[in-house]
Amino acid sequence: MAEIHHHLEFKNRPDLEIIAELVDPGHRVLDLGCGDGVFLKLLKSKRGAEVLGMEIDSDLIAECIANGVPVVQSNLDGEFDFADDDSFDLVILSQTIQQMRHPDQLLRKIVRVGKLAAVSFINFGYFYCRMQLIFTGAMPRTRQIPYQWYNTPNIHLGTIKDFRRLCNHLGINVIQEIPIGQSFPLLTKHWSNLFAVGCVFLLEKK
Amino acid sequence: MLITEPLDFELPEPLKLDCGKELKQVNIRYETAGKLSPAADNAVLVAHALSGNSHVCGRYSADDTKPGWWDDMVGPGKAIDTDKYFVICSNVIGSCAGSTGPRSIDPDTGKPYNLTFPVITIRDMVRAQKHLVEHLGIKRLLAVIGGSMGGMQALEWAINFPDMVDGVIPIATTSQLSPQSIAFDWVGREAIKNDPRWNGGDYASDQVPEGGLSTARMLAHITYLSDESMSRKFGRELQDTDRYSFDFKRDFAVESYLEHQGRRFVEFFDANSYFYITRAMDYFDMARRSGGDLSKTLSAAKATFLVISFSSDWLFPTAESLKIVSALLKNRLNVSFCEIQSGYGHDAFLLEVDALGRMVRDFLRNILEVRRG
Repeated sequence: MAEIHHHLEFKNRPDLEIIAELVDPGHRVLDLGCGDGVFLKLLKSKRGAEVLGMEIDSDLIAECIANGVPVVQSNLDGEFDFADDDSFDLVILSQTIQQMRHPDQLLRKIVRVGKLAAVSFINFGYFYCRMQLIFTGAMPRTRQIPYQWYNTPNIHLGTIKDFRRLCNHLGINVIQEIPIGQSFPLLTKHWSNLFAVGCVFLLEKK
Repeated sequence: MLITEPLDFELPEPLKLDCGKELKQVNIRYETAGKLSPAADNAVLVAHALSGNSHVCGRYSADDTKPGWWDDMVGPGKAIDTDKYFVICSNVIGSCAGSTGPRSIDPDTGKPYNLTFPVITIRDMVRAQKHLVEHLGIKRLLAVIGGSMGGMQALEWAINFPDMVDGVIPIATTSQLSPQSIAFDWVGREAIKNDPRWNGGDYASDQVPEGGLSTARMLAHITYLSDESMSRKFGRELQDTDRYSFDFKRDFAVESYLEHQGRRFVEFFDANSYFYITRAMDYFDMARRSGGDLSKTLSAAKATFLVISFSSDWLFPTAESLKIVSALLKNRLNVSFCEIQSGYGHDAFLLEVDALGRMVRDFLRNILEVRRG
């Protein structure tokens, strides 16, 4: 893990540190919404994974190519007909699901092509968000989601509880929930929906 | 200034073709730029499109005003950097720009082949290139890159000589010519056939079917542009006049442009070559070789791929590139794909030098790094 801590880009992304630990040498890893590919580059060089990224933004794709990370342009809406069932050891969806038009359909696809899926997202049940809504009467804004309600790319925000329900509804098996929150470790562990700023869900198909 | 010169290489043996025939005394016209490294590990083969030639970059002399066809991409310090890479571009067989084609002399008869020239395929073109690459002392190319028909050649390299190429960059291309494209090719050839000068392909050099060939080119040229680029470039502007003539001479700027393109084309291109090269593209269908399963055909490939399409290209649209990408991914190959936003239509592969160049430059740098360890 040490080398990941040294990577400044991930300083504020504890979810990526958690996800990186799931990767073993030789693993085939698919990262959906992979951005500039720095995380995949690291999984490739430091953890010996065979990686593939998908990204919608052309400039970020160019950066992936510069980083030597294979990347395919996609809005993730289409069928994943490029991949057989279980053809990836791990599919990563890190802080991307809230931008998807059909999060439910995407979840079905990722547990199909991946033996294991790691989905991380920002928890809108976090008490700070709840308080903003109660006391200011306006949609919450946080450091991670600094947008206004009308210009946010995050069109499908939810809480940990919402996500659990969705997985249950889709018949997806939740292997583990790893809530994220530095300030109140004990509270975060026991009342994650209220005290965790985000969460990593490890999923598999039933 | 980069000065290049056309070179010739005669194949040491007859070339066996897909149609079952052999082509004797095949000449390959080619050009190179940059220096081959002592380990011969920095060679990049550029494959040209329908109307292209081996003059990919540089100029023939210091006062030459017209640089090679991809001079914006290839040269010292450019995306395909001739300070780093040894760049090869060879004219395809069947062409009229130096390599053996239908207007070459048939050694058996002492007369031009014309339509007795065997029908060739994209794979035949690549087989000829392989001889050239070996002749140049290169065991493994760093990359093969090409747009349009050049992209088809790049794909053929990947599956026919998988151990001879590290990186493959098919740009604005397809794995099989669509019925729409076959239709355009047909109409183009019909225009030439209907020119009485064509005479079944037997025409004298001073009696070429200019009318038919220029019509074919005008038609094809429309397919290289987009509605957007034509609107932006010409709109409904009139040429040399401010009112309609109320006859059928050209009024519009777009008509004048096409007329110019057609006229210019017949100055350097041959009608019979147009037949052979468009036919080679018509027959290009990689999936067909595996009963319609493209991923099975591409399973022979080992290279790292960078597939590029352009948003307004309706001749070889993004969906075609995605088919290639999907088939490569099924084979678990190392693939990158980007659709570059452009209004230029199919011609974007010659024009979007910044966006395309950035990706190609970084891709080549990385595969060279991987090769050198």
